[in-house]
Amino acid sequence: MRSLKQRLVPFWLLGPGLLWLIFFFVVPMYFMGELALYSGSLRSGFELTWAFENFPNALSGHEEQILRSFFYAGTATLLCLLIGYPLAYAIAFRAGRFKTLLLFAVIAPFFTTYLIRTIAWKTILSDDSPVVSVLQTLSLTPGDGRVLATSGAVIAGLTYNFLPFMILPLYANLERLDLRLVEAAKDLYSSSRTAFLKVTLPLTMPGIVAGVLLTFIPAFGDYINAELLGGTGQAMIGNVIQSLYLNQRNYPEAAALSFLMMALILVIVLVYIRFAGTEAFMGDEDDAEGAK
Amino acid sequence: MSAAARAWAWLRHNALPIYAGLAVAYMLIPIVVIAVFSFGDTPKDKLTFTLDDGFTWEYWRTMFDIPELNDALSTSLRLAFFSTLISTAIGTAMAIALVRHRFRGKRLANLLIVIPMATPEVVIGASLLSMFIYYTFALGFTTLLIAHVMFSISFVVVVVRSRLIGFDRNLEEAAADLGASPLTTFRTVTLPLLAPGVIAAALLAFALSIDDFVISNFNSGTTVTFPLYVYGVSLRGIPVQVNALATLLFLVAVIAVSLVLVQQRRAERMAAVQPEAEPDGPIPLPGTAATQ
Repeated sequence: MRSLKQRLVPFWLLGPGLLWLIFFFVVPMYFMGELALYSGSLRSGFELTWAFENFPNALSGHEEQILRSFFYAGTATLLCLLIGYPLAYAIAFRAGRFKTLLLFAVIAPFFTTYLIRTIAWKTILSDDSPVVSVLQTLSLTPGDGRVLATSGAVIAGLTYNFLPFMILPLYANLERLDLRLVEAAKDLYSSSRTAFLKVTLPLTMPGIVAGVLLTFIPAFGDYINAELLGGTGQAMIGNVIQSLYLNQRNYPEAAALSFLMMALILVIVLVYIRFAGTEAFMGDEDDAEGAK
Repeated sequence: MSAAARAWAWLRHNALPIYAGLAVAYMLIPIVVIAVFSFGDTPKDKLTFTLDDGFTWEYWRTMFDIPELNDALSTSLRLAFFSTLISTAIGTAMAIALVRHRFRGKRLANLLIVIPMATPEVVIGASLLSMFIYYTFALGFTTLLIAHVMFSISFVVVVVRSRLIGFDRNLEEAAADLGASPLTTFRTVTLPLLAPGVIAAALLAFALSIDDFVISNFNSGTTVTFPLYVYGVSLRGIPVQVNALATLLFLVAVIAVSLVLVQQRRAERMAAVQPEAEPDGPIPLPGTAATQ
């Protein structure tokens, strides 16, 4: 029997961090929920009236931006998967001694400020850049020949900015793949394509799901790409929340929208954790149960 | 075989590396653009894609000649320093508790650490602002510090925790068997093995803090950090010095991470003990393990 003092050790270690997260993550969520039930305006003052109608009202005004966020984040996630899977595969199995260097290249964007990277894309996609003239020659630009301020520019920015979040979980998963299983499939006369579809792909599904979540969630809430690379017709739900909070100061509506977004994401994440555990986010499998 | 067929065969054989190379190029393009532009003698208000106006060191020389930029940068560095210090200390303690101890509520603690990482930044920023509005708490350096520590903690826990899981506890037991006191064991065995993980976590926390725009934008009040400064000037043309500064920060980050990687490898070699090889033999000492 361990002494009480010994049993309290983990709580002393965890205490400061847990308190910080409770006071500055959980409690603020409560205040955001409460703020969503206020009514009034900045001029007349806000008052808690339990205005539950704020939730449907906030939604009904912004269907367009909500649908657009799903579409942009969904497309960007799909593109990240299409770009990231082969890259992660190549790093895991074909890179040889360049492995560390390639992984370094994948995380290199994190070493420059997010905002400055996105502004660099604004430069790359600006009207007089060579990239855009190539696209124009290939007739890949819309009617007026501009790339900036189109949905394509915003999706390209989202894809670029969240690509590492897709590649890293995919790589972690692929690296653990037992290649002998693929060899076995080929020994049993399956083609490369069948071996990939029936062995590699199902075994790396956890990495795919984790990557999709880690890409989709931040992309869905993002507003920098839409603001810098999009025009007035490309606003996402993040832009609405940002503008309602910081410019219009319509706190109740802003809080209602933000609270609903959190609820949606919490449901997705909890369903995922229910089936797959916290591994994708924690990096390693939780050995707590197996600890001696 | 015709030349075309040979070319096609070569292309098919090397499709994966080519694709991976293109993907890596896509990830590095904006960084290259930022670096190249820091040498471009271009008009201040316009970012064009040419260096026709010549190569110049001017913006590197005058990097620290813009007072507002200096203020923003020093605020960011101060903020990142304190945020790193607090979040690394708190997060390391949490990681130790999670890996080394068994206690009730561990699952809940894990959840509380994971969910902030899966929450869009706009929601974290908005919820904190909601709470600060409720308490009419003055926005500024303190609220920024609270927010930055909050979103860094989870990442610190993840990094240190993955390091601790791969940690061979036999080394500590060996030290204890050889008569080392718990404090000596911690100082001479645990800490040197743990250090690369803690340093990596601290670097990550520092980078997250320096880079953060969205959450800071909600909770900064009139305080201006480096990303907030860049955002402010992005509307009226960014001084080229920002590109030079971003490139400098990038180089510093690359060097810091390389040093950590080297250090980590060394620690891994040191800890590469294989007790199952000789279960009844003498306890392998850290220094000799790698040569076995």
